[in-house]
Amino acid sequence: MTAIVLYGLRESLRRKMFAVVLVLTVGFLALYAWGAHAAFRDTRGFVGPGNENLDPDALTGAIIQGLAMFATLFLGAILSVFLTLNVIRGDAEAGLLQPLVVRPVGRARLLLARFVGAAGVAAIYVLGVYAATVAIANWAGGWTPDRVVAPGLELAAAVVVVSALALAGSVFFAPIANGIGTLMVFGAGLIAGLLGEIGQAINSQRLQHIARLASWALPFDALYEDALHRLTVDTTGFAEYVLKLGPFGGSHQAGTSLLAWSVLYLVLVLAVAVAAFSVRDL
Amino acid sequence: MASVLAVAGLEKRYRRVQALAGVDLAVEPGQLVGLLGPNGAGKSTLVKIACGLVRPTRGRAEVAGAPAGSVAARQALGYLAELFRFPGWMTADEVLALHQRLAHSPGGTAERGELLELVGLPEARRTRVAAMSKGMQQRLGIAQAMVGKPQLLLLDEPTSALDPAGRRVVRELLEELRRRGTSVLLNSHLLSEVELVCDHVVIVDHGRVVAAGAPADLRREGGVEVETAVGVRKFPDARRADVPRLVRELVAAGEDVFGVRVVTSTLEEAYLEVVE
Repeated sequence: MTAIVLYGLRESLRRKMFAVVLVLTVGFLALYAWGAHAAFRDTRGFVGPGNENLDPDALTGAIIQGLAMFATLFLGAILSVFLTLNVIRGDAEAGLLQPLVVRPVGRARLLLARFVGAAGVAAIYVLGVYAATVAIANWAGGWTPDRVVAPGLELAAAVVVVSALALAGSVFFAPIANGIGTLMVFGAGLIAGLLGEIGQAINSQRLQHIARLASWALPFDALYEDALHRLTVDTTGFAEYVLKLGPFGGSHQAGTSLLAWSVLYLVLVLAVAVAAFSVRDL
Repeated sequence: MASVLAVAGLEKRYRRVQALAGVDLAVEPGQLVGLLGPNGAGKSTLVKIACGLVRPTRGRAEVAGAPAGSVAARQALGYLAELFRFPGWMTADEVLALHQRLAHSPGGTAERGELLELVGLPEARRTRVAAMSKGMQQRLGIAQAMVGKPQLLLLDEPTSALDPAGRRVVRELLEELRRRGTSVLLNSHLLSEVELVCDHVVIVDHGRVVAAGAPADLRREGGVEVETAVGVRKFPDARRADVPRLVRELVAAGEDVFGVRVVTSTLEEAYLEVVE
């Protein structure tokens, strides 16, 4: 098991895609630092309408951190999809998989080990970028999220779920189809979250219902929204009201059952992948 | 002693295509068996079922007494796929080390060195796969298949990318495996190679075994040629057993006999006869 995990890790880190994502990340963090510094500086004088209770640093910090988390999730999802999209069918077509499968390892262990390797890289990447963005926000405006650790973990968990979906897809689909399909599913999840926020703003029960269903069907979006929610969980006043709209889908408390479902969902997706791989002719 | 590979009534259907239609085959301990047949005959499917990559539709395949595809069966075999690749970033040594770990081989550095020596790649230990020629990669593939001293080696076209010198290395390697008592199922299109090294040949066509036996048994006697003072006289229906009588009759008829040759068909001719 360890040998395959290490093999998967090395395979992941060797990919040109990983280098591209790292370069993009450095660029993103540099721009983020510049933007965050400017945003905090320019919003220091803000007050709420009628001088309501408004902490401009909390408002600015939460918004730019929310944007940073969206970017982090997006980059993490891209990374996780590209690390897992060809694990089964792609590697089998290339002849990379057969020499490993005939070894006395077991297909389930092989698949799970590859998942641990790829999802581990993606999760560590997300945690690293998240930590960097939190540090940058603190440096630029002295602001720290109300919860520092949990949002990062939820963001990493969201990317792990995306990894599992791409891995399961790799059993059934050729790499390009799998990559496109998984990214479309990822986009659909985020759009569903956005629809939910719109539904809340215009008081549309139907849109909110669709968003709720999407959260259960694609729980990575629920994890992302819950992570956003935890950024400002203790913030009150006008800032709280503004932040409820939030950037790119807004924050929304997932609740214990949805978080538990996310774990079960991950297990189910991996179980389907293992079951399908076990009977697949190579 | 039980067969290292035992296949009985093996069938495989891919939707509308019947790849195997009831194959029986056995590889005994220490035996080198050549698997021949035209493209699409079902040879690779048979090998893939034996190593657990493909599930049979019907029938039984056992490796070292364990059902094909089981952990015990996979522990007992080494496999070189027809189309395979190793990650380009790995060195030859890393490839073998990975497979040692997966095969639970305790051989360590010594085994890796010995295997690279055996396949003629002693200098390639630290060479990355990406920097290797196709032939070198194929030899590395053979070395990989031999990790952990498997009882059965399943080699699917092991010489397809090799030059004549490389093919010779593989032939010598197969001889070495015979000396070590390793059983080999060799799937190859190179009949001359199979004829040279294999103890037993199985010819598959349209998913069925159409001929099997020792290479010498598959070859057909094609008459007798007698060199006399007036030229070579041919007796197309005669057999080896007829030679003393033929010589006696010719001498009695006053002819001088300078040489006698029993004509036999090659394995290639025998092969073409059964598959065409």
